[in-house]
Amino acid sequence: MSFFAVENLGVRFGGVVAVDGVSFSVKQGEVYTIIGPNGAGKTTIFNLIGLIYPPTSGRILFEDREVSGAPHHVAQRGIARTFQNIELFEHATVLQNLLIGRHRHRTTNLLEELLFLPKVRRAEIAQREAVERVIDLLDLAHYRDSLVAGLPYGIRKVIELGRALATEPKLVLLDEPSSGLNPDETDDMAFWIEDIQKELGITVLMVEHDMNLVSRVSDRVLALNEGRVIAEGTPGEVQSHPAVIEAYLGGGE
Amino acid sequence: MRFIFKTDYAQDIRLFQHGGQVFWYGLLLVLLLAAPYLVSGYVLSQLHFICIYSIVGLGLMLLVGYTGQISLGHAAFLAVGAYTEALLQGAGVPFVISLTCAALFSAVVGVIVGLPALRLKGIYLAIATFAFNVIVEEIITRWESVTGGNSGKLLKAIELFGYRLASQESFYYLCLALTVLSCLALINLLRSPTGRAFVAIRDSEVSASCMGINLAYYKTVSFAISAALTGVGGALYAHKVGFISPEQFTLIQSIELVTIVIIGGVGSLHGAVLGAAFIIMLPQAISIAKGWLPDTLPQAGLQSVVFGLILVAFIIFEPYGLYGRWLKIRTYFDVFPFYRRGTFRRQRSYLRSERLR
Repeated sequence: MSFFAVENLGVRFGGVVAVDGVSFSVKQGEVYTIIGPNGAGKTTIFNLIGLIYPPTSGRILFEDREVSGAPHHVAQRGIARTFQNIELFEHATVLQNLLIGRHRHRTTNLLEELLFLPKVRRAEIAQREAVERVIDLLDLAHYRDSLVAGLPYGIRKVIELGRALATEPKLVLLDEPSSGLNPDETDDMAFWIEDIQKELGITVLMVEHDMNLVSRVSDRVLALNEGRVIAEGTPGEVQSHPAVIEAYLGGGE
Repeated sequence: MRFIFKTDYAQDIRLFQHGGQVFWYGLLLVLLLAAPYLVSGYVLSQLHFICIYSIVGLGLMLLVGYTGQISLGHAAFLAVGAYTEALLQGAGVPFVISLTCAALFSAVVGVIVGLPALRLKGIYLAIATFAFNVIVEEIITRWESVTGGNSGKLLKAIELFGYRLASQESFYYLCLALTVLSCLALINLLRSPTGRAFVAIRDSEVSASCMGINLAYYKTVSFAISAALTGVGGALYAHKVGFISPEQFTLIQSIELVTIVIIGGVGSLHGAVLGAAFIIMLPQAISIAKGWLPDTLPQAGLQSVVFGLILVAFIIFEPYGLYGRWLKIRTYFDVFPFYRRGTFRRQRSYLRSERLR
């Protein structure tokens, strides 16, 4: 019995084994971080969990049921994600981006929407209220009506987090939430990750390079190298693990 | 400059954002309703075409401008609508039912064409829809027992609830009513989850699917609605012209429809209507201009050349089309004298994830 588990996950692209028999499990309510040098297979694991690539071996279990189907089924189950290089809807406003995040809570059908029945109006206002809670949490009120296309990188990163939260997920996958952010913005991000875990009670699975952020927010850390697990434990344990030091700095002869 | 102080979430989903809009759209509607008493029969006939092309333009705009799926085969849906209407009218089916059938049948064909769209993108989708256009054109030419082949089909005036809409005025009101209804339906769609799902698919498919949007379903729906509106346009077109034959539904027609969307402004419903008006008025403008041109200039290909030049000019100088130009002019006066040239410049797009599929 586990909240979220990956068992013996593997994927091979031609001759390259990108992920090789990785297993781990995430407990409900914790922040679980995957670290590893470039090319270790961290983002690939996220894409496997999101069913963007089919795995060559292994399976993914969420609330004791296998995650399978198409990418949108993953979202319907309550797993949201962000992207390393930001994949927002550029030509829509921030508000619309967050409302798209509410898609899995849609209650109206096509015909009702074409006529914009009172039911649709009520549903839209309810969705808006949910989105406004996210806007409040992440301090996005100032940008509510701006087009994403004109906003700076740091803000986009926050909007992506907001969009993931707007789906009201049980598990959120954050792919390098602090990449490209300055120290102040990274600090804010750390606060929000703590808020997500403690106040919203959402379980966080993240990939991150910034070790300060990792040790500050993570409950447990998994270290990967060349597609294999090399260490797992608390941030302190993993950082001092000889295999991890070797993977990052190279081994002594 | 107008500042709108928002106090209620309902304000953002209202049809009209402020009193000014109510006034101007109201005035437009009054003018359009009064048009038969204000303008000559010739202008009214052009207004018929503008309404019909607006409906088609709206359908194509939903697909191209909002869902990001290109189609070079919309003349085929126009043909499906027109021939369905002609055949059903010939069989004595009442107009309300035959129009509905034209829309539904076009939608079904749209779904069938939409199926490859689930796998194809960009130029490949354009080629697939182009092929579809050629196939439909060939079918209506060859299937003489049903379509009459090259000798075409004649249509009678519409009979609606016992009234014959033989006059220019009555047909105009029918076209206008259907245009307004199509506009309202699309506005409603675009302010609700389905419309947002379309926009999501347009801007990033991978991220849309990670938000729980079923790509296959929404792309198919977009194709179906777009084809249905084009089918309605086709049915009206058939009645307007009174005679339909395969050479009215060629690839050139499809490109003209795409031109409506591009000249009007990709991604705005206003653009579809503006583009339709532009496309209808341009040939008139050209024929007026011809009088001033020297006789040595070849007359035959002039229209295509001008069309092509205008299309290229729009893509280079005003990618947001006529509606984009209007927005700029309006903003200029709104913020006068603080308008900056860079206000609408496209921002550099940041690095995006390696395309996942």
